[in-house]
Amino acid sequence: MAKKESTFLNMIVTLLIVTFVASSALGYIYELTKAPRAEAMRIKQTFAIKKVLPEFDNDPLADQYVLPANDGSGELSVYPALAGGDSIGAAVKTFSNNGYGGIIELMVGFNKSGEIIDIAVVNQKETPGLGTKMADDSYIKQYRGLNPGETDISVKQDGGEIDAITAATISSRAFSEAVQKGYNTYLKGETK
Amino acid sequence: MNQWRNFNKGFLRENPVFVLVLGMCPALATTTTAINGMGMGLATTFVLFMSNLVISIFAGFIPDKVRIPAFIVIIASFVTIVDLVMGAYFNTPGPQGEPSLYDQLGIFIPLIVVNCIVLGRAEAFASKNKIVSSVIDGLGIGLGFTFALVLLGATREILGNGSIFGLSFIQGDGILVFVLAPGAFIALGYLTALIIRLKKS
Repeated sequence: MAKKESTFLNMIVTLLIVTFVASSALGYIYELTKAPRAEAMRIKQTFAIKKVLPEFDNDPLADQYVLPANDGSGELSVYPALAGGDSIGAAVKTFSNNGYGGIIELMVGFNKSGEIIDIAVVNQKETPGLGTKMADDSYIKQYRGLNPGETDISVKQDGGEIDAITAATISSRAFSEAVQKGYNTYLKGETK
Repeated sequence: MNQWRNFNKGFLRENPVFVLVLGMCPALATTTTAINGMGMGLATTFVLFMSNLVISIFAGFIPDKVRIPAFIVIIASFVTIVDLVMGAYFNTPGPQGEPSLYDQLGIFIPLIVVNCIVLGRAEAFASKNKIVSSVIDGLGIGLGFTFALVLLGATREILGNGSIFGLSFIQGDGILVFVLAPGAFIALGYLTALIIRLKKS
């Protein structure tokens, strides 16, 4: 087959066709996978909420409300937990844009006095084997029982109490930032 | 027979990881466990297969001076498709809420687009050969890559974690260094030496 000449018109038309076909195909696949991707996210969130809260008897997903982040960087969802009609705390879905691979989304469970019950990683794109260790119990256990209003939960390099993950200080820093943001936003929303 | 040689060339004789030493970044970074290596390898195989197929069909219609951007757009599209599909179907957390395969591979799925194996095969093989040969070549190289990643991942998982494909056979920790980056280099070095030794005999 004879090669097409590299004339100006030929090049423009070829690239136009290639990009047009590519973007149409991507749009189609995006629509096709939209529902299962949303479903996977929902399962992950339910998992995360159950992990970070004590026994509750309401449906936190149904009772959720949205608060503007204290630093104006977006909105956080709060999933309140009730037991026998009384509030026993809430799970806050918080995030940081400063991860090594971009956005990190966490689910942080707070009890009524603002102590961290537990943390689950909802979404991250950190380096496998390094930053992804933020989901390991050995890292997350450092945060349990701390009150970010009383204890400095930044990493030790920044003067706080948390041992950063080896070779993943940026990821750890973003993790702490997200937790602090969740705490500040949640408490502000409570006292409002 | 000729196609078998073509396949075997990519799989063993010119194995991308152990012989050509290409695609080192995902090969070292994602092989902390055998299952991660397999996921990464199969995702790359799909991209190689599809981009070789499409490029070998359309190479004649693409003017030489814009072939690289056209190839990259084609490859990037297939990578995005893999990313979207994995986000939909390989994204359920484990029973204890462990991160899903999609979460573990993280940034390395989108980064397949800059894997030099993929563009290398498109440029060096698919754009100059017939459809069947190109597809076989993509499959050979892709499965060779998968084989290498699974071998590397399994070695690191056995030594570092005392488990294989997530089934642990010892209590407690293994030799932790093999899960960390230096262990990746050590394991790769020994495996490469072993493979080359086996190939010679």
